[in-house]
Amino acid sequence: MTVRVFLVEDHALFASGVRSELGDGFEVVGHAATVAEAVEGVRATTPDVVLLDVHLPDGSGANVLEQVLASNAEVRFLALSVSDAAEDVIAVIRAGARGYVTKSIAPAELADAIRRVHEGDAVFSPRLAGFVLDAFAGSTPPPIDPELDQLTQREREVLRYIARGYAYKEIARELHISAKTVETHVSAVLRKLQLTNRYELSRWASDRRLV
Amino acid sequence: MCQHEDMFRRSANDRVLTGVAGGIGERLGIDPVVVRLAFVVLSLAGGVGILCYVAAALASRAPDVAATPATSPRASTMQAISVGLMVTGVLLLLRRAGLWFGDGIVWPAALAVLGSAVIWTRGDDADRARWGRLLSRMPATVTDQVSGRGARLRLLAGGGLIVLGLATFLTSNRSLGLTANAPFAVAAAVIGLAVIFGPWVWRLGRQVTEERRERIRQEERAEMAAHLHDSVLQTLALIQRTDEPREMVGLARAQERELRGWLYGKAPTAGAGDSLAAALDAVAADVERTHRPRIEVVMVGDCALDDGVRALVHACREAMVNAARHSGARGVSVYVEVEDDAVTAFVRDQGVGFARDRVPEDRRGIAESIEGRMERNGGAAKVLTEPGQGTEVRMRIPRART
Repeated sequence: MTVRVFLVEDHALFASGVRSELGDGFEVVGHAATVAEAVEGVRATTPDVVLLDVHLPDGSGANVLEQVLASNAEVRFLALSVSDAAEDVIAVIRAGARGYVTKSIAPAELADAIRRVHEGDAVFSPRLAGFVLDAFAGSTPPPIDPELDQLTQREREVLRYIARGYAYKEIARELHISAKTVETHVSAVLRKLQLTNRYELSRWASDRRLV
Repeated sequence: MCQHEDMFRRSANDRVLTGVAGGIGERLGIDPVVVRLAFVVLSLAGGVGILCYVAAALASRAPDVAATPATSPRASTMQAISVGLMVTGVLLLLRRAGLWFGDGIVWPAALAVLGSAVIWTRGDDADRARWGRLLSRMPATVTDQVSGRGARLRLLAGGGLIVLGLATFLTSNRSLGLTANAPFAVAAAVIGLAVIFGPWVWRLGRQVTEERRERIRQEERAEMAAHLHDSVLQTLALIQRTDEPREMVGLARAQERELRGWLYGKAPTAGAGDSLAAALDAVAADVERTHRPRIEVVMVGDCALDDGVRALVHACREAMVNAARHSGARGVSVYVEVEDDAVTAFVRDQGVGFARDRVPEDRRGIAESIEGRMERNGGAAKVLTEPGQGTEVRMRIPRART
């Protein structure tokens, strides 16, 4: 089954690179370089997955997410950026992206990430897993909503494996659970990340500009 | 993002109190000075102006901090007059409605304010050019500042109106027997001077700020240009002269690392700092430079370096070099987590792996040095590997009690 992909990317060279790399199984149905073009283009083409650059000339990827998800909630987003700054990563994830990968990702891995986002999974890079562990670290102050403000022991374990560079399959083998269960845990973490009001999260992201 | 376009933003750059007048001025294309004066006059009518101001402040949106400082809109004298007429109309209405501090106060104040507006509304294009020059040279005289068509005429007319306003004020309050009161007369004169020169002083202050802001911007730009020239341009030149793809990737990676460090305000990777994160980054950069694997370091938490942590960094380095030299993998994942009681580190590659009991002597030595080093410092290390399964080195060192 062909995955219909929409590219939101203001760097023309990079966009054409991704276009040629994706190859079989993917169809690039549109391309936009600004927030306004992106919102219009995605609404018009209703792609399966939007590859979204975090920084755009007239705004941020989070702007695109907010506007598109308000009208087309079924579109899935995978954020793609050269920036590894924690605040950028957290901002797009909280705006509704299903995953985050950096632009230095290998072509095969990018194709795999797009396919997984298309299937409804969350795609966590090792660095994103590290950010989440860091953001949810510590127990003080007491969480307001333990359901959302804390990670379970298992979720923490899964994130640690991702941060160590393990693929979902390998994590499943290490923890003696199914790959599907690993995905369930990661999706749960994504949900917490998007919904938590854990107040340190925003502060943490802004004073921790990790590279 | 344009659905609130009909609302106005408070001005971030042109503000005396909250930027409401500046915002209205920017939105309507009127000199903010005129807007401010209109609020002042309306305030005299039973405080209506103050109410209007508060309402406007509540209704407006927060200033757009990122917006570039806009040059205040220039206004023609015609606009000033039309705003003046509107205010006069509103004043007459309010007078009938009884919201009034009395003829003896409001009309003279309105006259004086009108005079001030006539003097201080900016004129025409000549004024813009003058603004450009003002950034580099501070003006010192009033005639320099009151500019545009018929500057002198406006100065005279405005001054006349202000004097007339003060005179009316003094005569109409004669019944109070205040004209004989010398301090009161002096106070009136001071108010008159403030009305004439106040906006000028205010504008001077704004120019000084703007000038400084511009200078800071220029310095930043110069510093950035110098840095990019020394680093990125040099590396790009090197890459163009290289035929070896691995070499190119290595150069690009090293430059990327350096540029990120600079952009996000971290110490350059050349000198290891005194935190674990900095030391680990330096080690990873160094191994990348020499052995050209792609090393991704993920850190959770950070701590100061002590002997144990330093040993951990050394052991991580051995593990990275080992992976780079023998695994054949493109990338090495490094994960370090600082917990309350210990620091754990994982160095993993997805390369060829090996069987522990059949390794060449030199390689066993490295594994021993990792394990031995950790044990000597009260920690532990374990090398997990199978042929074809990649390798992971797990290390743990307890943290010194502080």
